Amino acid sequence: MNKEKRSLLKNDGVQSFIASIICILLGLLLGYVVLLFINPAGAGEAITSLVKNFFNYPNTTIALKYFGSTLVKTAPLLMCSLSILFAYKVGLFNIGAAGQYAFGAGIAIYAALAWQLPWWVCLLLAMAAGAVLGTISGILKSYCNVNEVISGIMLNWITLYAMNDLLTNVKESASPYTMHIESVSPQSIMPTLGLDTLFSNNQYVTISIPISIIIAIIVYIVMEKTKFGYELKATGFNKNAAKYCGMAEKRNTILTLLIGGGLAGLGAGLFYLTGFEQWSCGQSAVPAMGFNGIAAAFLGGLNPIGSIFSSYFIQHITVGGAYLDKSMYCTQISDLISSIIIYLCGFVLFMKFVMNNIAAKREEKAKAAAKAAEQEGGNE
Amino acid sequence: MSLLIQYTILYASVLILVALGGCFSEHSGVINLGLEGIMVMGALGGALTMKYLIGYPPVVIVILTILAAAVTGLVFSALLAVACINFKADQTIVGTALNMLGLAAATVIVKAINIAENPDNVSSTVQYIAQKKAFLVNIGGFDFNWMMLVALVILIAAYIVLYKTKFGLRLMACGEHPQAADSVGINVYKMRWSGVLISGVLGGLGGIMYIIAGASEWQFEAGVAGFGFLALAVMIFGQWKPHRIALAALLFGLFRALASVYSGFDFLLSLQLSGSIYKMMPYIISLIVLALTSKRSRAPKAEGIPYEKGQR
Repeated sequence: MNKEKRSLLKNDGVQSFIASIICILLGLLLGYVVLLFINPAGAGEAITSLVKNFFNYPNTTIALKYFGSTLVKTAPLLMCSLSILFAYKVGLFNIGAAGQYAFGAGIAIYAALAWQLPWWVCLLLAMAAGAVLGTISGILKSYCNVNEVISGIMLNWITLYAMNDLLTNVKESASPYTMHIESVSPQSIMPTLGLDTLFSNNQYVTISIPISIIIAIIVYIVMEKTKFGYELKATGFNKNAAKYCGMAEKRNTILTLLIGGGLAGLGAGLFYLTGFEQWSCGQSAVPAMGFNGIAAAFLGGLNPIGSIFSSYFIQHITVGGAYLDKSMYCTQISDLISSIIIYLCGFVLFMKFVMNNIAAKREEKAKAAAKAAEQEGGNE
Repeated sequence: MSLLIQYTILYASVLILVALGGCFSEHSGVINLGLEGIMVMGALGGALTMKYLIGYPPVVIVILTILAAAVTGLVFSALLAVACINFKADQTIVGTALNMLGLAAATVIVKAINIAENPDNVSSTVQYIAQKKAFLVNIGGFDFNWMMLVALVILIAAYIVLYKTKFGLRLMACGEHPQAADSVGINVYKMRWSGVLISGVLGGLGGIMYIIAGASEWQFEAGVAGFGFLALAVMIFGQWKPHRIALAALLFGLFRALASVYSGFDFLLSLQLSGSIYKMMPYIISLIVLALTSKRSRAPKAEGIPYEKGQR
């Protein structure tokens, strides 16, 4: 029995899981400390309502409805985290996911409102838009040696201003928000296929949620089980070795960012084509979805399946921030907690090192004990 | 025209400060992608100091504000140093985390202060209208800002420190070949810590300068609009050398300034471009410039690689 326990702690997946749990708990703890500093009176209540999210409603029907809304917002986050982890496995940090997401959002909304195209065309256009932006970063990286982080950030800002301009054409006259897609072009809204009835008729619960989960599984299969995924990962491990083995490392870099961009763009389509939220044309910052995707990707141990759960968790506490007592705290506490969690994710390597050490020490002890027992047995 | 020159110098000074911060950090071997967050925290420290220093003589306000910004930047950058140098964390993740942490923390702190003062005030804005005037001296229609002088002094100091002192040469050795530096008795960890902490101080100063450059109040939710990353582009364009960084900063500063004052030029207005075009300009220019110059970049060789004693 002891042997099983040892191998469990050495297992990479288990280590990632433990590390993520430690990050989450520490993040929540530090968030609680911040709440205590701001106003000790309501801190305990605040952190529980943040973690409870829709459970704050005693009525199950309403709670179920808000659970649906959290899931609607989880789908795009999952796609962004897939975009980031896909690129990260190839040694690229796709911080441009935020801009690719914004580009996808802008194109999806514009295609729906201005051209009134069916939802699947809008979705494909959103994906293509993200992919184009990713490809630009990829070309700059492989042919001009521009760090993808810096080009990504520059493209984020360029895209934000461009989308604000583009969507001003389809905004409501009285508000900075774009028009409601369901009233202008109902065929551009994704079908629900009866999923809405599962969540107390929450009309925003559409096929976006199953689509995002299926894509997570596809990404997992591509990364782990195909030659293509292997080549990409080899490029990430050692660019020169991959080149030496006859892999087209430049093409792989571009292809990776193209796919990463496509994932982020698709995520935006999956969100905005539910009609859940409208784009504000006066936005002064890139949507946070892409950046939260970084948190979800690392918290999920850089595993597509892990990302499903970590994305849900990040979205859960982000939405939960809305339930704080506004007379004492602001909703950004949840942003603070997720950024603390990302910071802690930087220490995952160190945590794994410690776990390996513990496992090795235990093994040594067990070996020594076995040896001692053997010797005793021999003496008798 | 004089307004354009004034804004160009203002934004160029911000970029010089922050890019020099990045320069020190990268020369020591640590990529500091967290400059954006450090700027926000520095700005927060400075802005809060100004907020509470009502009715003090201008000299006191200027000195204390600068000190506060530098110290908050320094403390915040220590988060990067401890993770990346001692725990060998991925510098890209930690840098990004710092950006998000800076923004979220500043927003939470300012909102907490605002709510405590008045429960109806849920904005993330800090005002410093009167205190900001302490920084300005009007010389014949040109608003001279004391921070410009600070930037100039730091530029000269950075050049001297990097190339003419034992400390600077040792710092650069740690970014080029830390093992070699270690073999002649230089403490690589100490050098990298100093590199990151210097970048924290300079980033903090850049942050406070950025928010007093154009406005008399600052909404902290907005952050610093990618200026930390523009500064990194300036640093790369400047090939990690202080004097070239200064020239690159002037170029980028000009385009940023155009975004603020383009409406004052008749021929720019007659082009009938949307304001967004001017806002995009600095970022587009930096992308083009980086695409053209990065091929032959002279980045410190060992940057981004955690140093492990005993590793060959």
